Amino acid sequence: MKNLSLRELNSGLSNKKFSSEELTKFFLNEIKTSNPKINAFITVDEEKSLQQAKDADKRISQNDMNELTGIPIAQKDIFCAKGWKTTCASKMLDNFYAPYDSKVIELFNQHGAINLGKTNMDEFAMGSSNETSYYGEVRNPWNLDYVPGGSSGGSAAAVASGMAPAATATDTGGSIRQPASLCGLTGLKPTYGLVSRFGMIAFASSLDQAGPIAKSAEDCALMLKVMAAHDERDSTSIKHNVPDYLKNLESPINGKTIGLPKEFFNDDLNQDIKVILEQVIDSYQKMGVNFKEISLPNSHLSIPVYYVIAPAEASSNLSRYDGVKFGYRAEEFKDLEEMYLKTREQGFGDEVKRRILVGTYVLSAGYYDAYYLKAQKIRRLIANDFKNAFNECDLILAPSCPSTAFKIGDKTEDPVAMYMQDMYTISTNLAGLPAISSPAGFLNKMPVGFQLIGNYFDEATILNFTHQYQQITDWHQKTPEADV
Amino acid sequence: MALTDKDIKKLSHLAKINIDSKDEKIVLSKLEGIIKLIDTMQQVDTNNIEPMSHALDITQPLREDVVTEENQKNDFLKLGPESNEDYFIVPRVVE
Repeated sequence: MKNLSLRELNSGLSNKKFSSEELTKFFLNEIKTSNPKINAFITVDEEKSLQQAKDADKRISQNDMNELTGIPIAQKDIFCAKGWKTTCASKMLDNFYAPYDSKVIELFNQHGAINLGKTNMDEFAMGSSNETSYYGEVRNPWNLDYVPGGSSGGSAAAVASGMAPAATATDTGGSIRQPASLCGLTGLKPTYGLVSRFGMIAFASSLDQAGPIAKSAEDCALMLKVMAAHDERDSTSIKHNVPDYLKNLESPINGKTIGLPKEFFNDDLNQDIKVILEQVIDSYQKMGVNFKEISLPNSHLSIPVYYVIAPAEASSNLSRYDGVKFGYRAEEFKDLEEMYLKTREQGFGDEVKRRILVGTYVLSAGYYDAYYLKAQKIRRLIANDFKNAFNECDLILAPSCPSTAFKIGDKTEDPVAMYMQDMYTISTNLAGLPAISSPAGFLNKMPVGFQLIGNYFDEATILNFTHQYQQITDWHQKTPEADV
Repeated sequence: MALTDKDIKKLSHLAKINIDSKDEKIVLSKLEGIIKLIDTMQQVDTNNIEPMSHALDITQPLREDVVTEENQKNDFLKLGPESNEDYFIVPRVVE
């Protein structure tokens, strides 16, 4: 059961090869064995999961099933799930039990999927290594001394180590694609607004978007089919007809054009990663795809722009954690002001506090125009670059990350070095575009990924191209220990 | 723009995050690194560029003013560190 695709699990369940209860027990057992080493899960609740499995088995026996009925899915601990501890990996929410379901959880529940547990992450999704979690760092299943990436590092490590068939994740600046790349998985960040943010704990609201991390483009297509739905409770949720991502996987790709941004393939690109990307290009050329050099002239500004906009929005979103309505409250204080100050000093970790302070700074009187407004203007330039590029190509190919996974502790003292992890992923969040990371090879036994960026709501084409690549390569089928 | 100890105190006050005086130096140096990074934006000419606040340039949708959610007052009050049957309780602010 460990390495089966979602489709194979679905057929195993519908052919009664195994029940959802057996399947769920199998993965719960995998978690028992592997999680102490990897720390991918913050909360596991066997009783709740097994109850859902029993309900799913009932549905299956009545032939009331769809693609995900009875299949256990790991849920990033950023999604509120009714009755489940929902922490966002923060001490601030260590005692928080969500009183309602997020839209994403609601959709998986409606489909009869099993909530296998809540996965570890960087605190409030702020980080690229999963080291900022209150619950301790997550370890990369390919080498336990290395980070899995972040912020969805728990989701990625859970799938890569075979503790879960697939997982949900969120991506504000690369938090789906970077851990997918560092753990040898496929991770899709959809167009901003395709997946509802209702009940998804907010970090930077104009950038946050949920998506899947899974073992293949096909699994991601199946997950996205469930996750993409209009929701009136999220004012940024877009009414969009969701195409049949699965059916579209087999569409021919010959004659299409992929753009190569010259700014990403310059001398700054790690030469070993460049060689791997050239092999990807070669594979696509063999399938009849054309390549064309394009330009994203403002892409180098993505990181500075992001580190104004994201902290600004975070400082506003995280003002709700004040020790009054829910979550942590400091034990000792002399008045209300001191209660706020100490609650937030003790409840937030260093990186979260740093970003709130940066956000407060760029929004404070006298600096708003110079930083926040300026960043919003450059954001438009970055988005316009992509608009122009898509006049010349169907998709854009890019590196996923500047390097393979790094060692735990290597970048914790230098926030700016950590921020550079997202140099190839952040611009698509600023533009609101969809993008995927797919496995493309290994460097020193650690996975390397490549990115395909699509036009707005063109997830179908991204998944189609990734699936076609995965039909002629087997990088996505490699698993830690067994193959490397 | 170089930050000063005074700036850190002001930010701590605005963000309602206490910063222990022994940590001020390290907080300041890390914030300076980030501000140096974001200051690279200043070299770009953004005259006549419309700021982008939403990735898809979509405005807030409006809906009918009708009640859509059930009242969950009791569930939400229970989440508070301290509450009674009607209110969240905080230290007294009016003498």
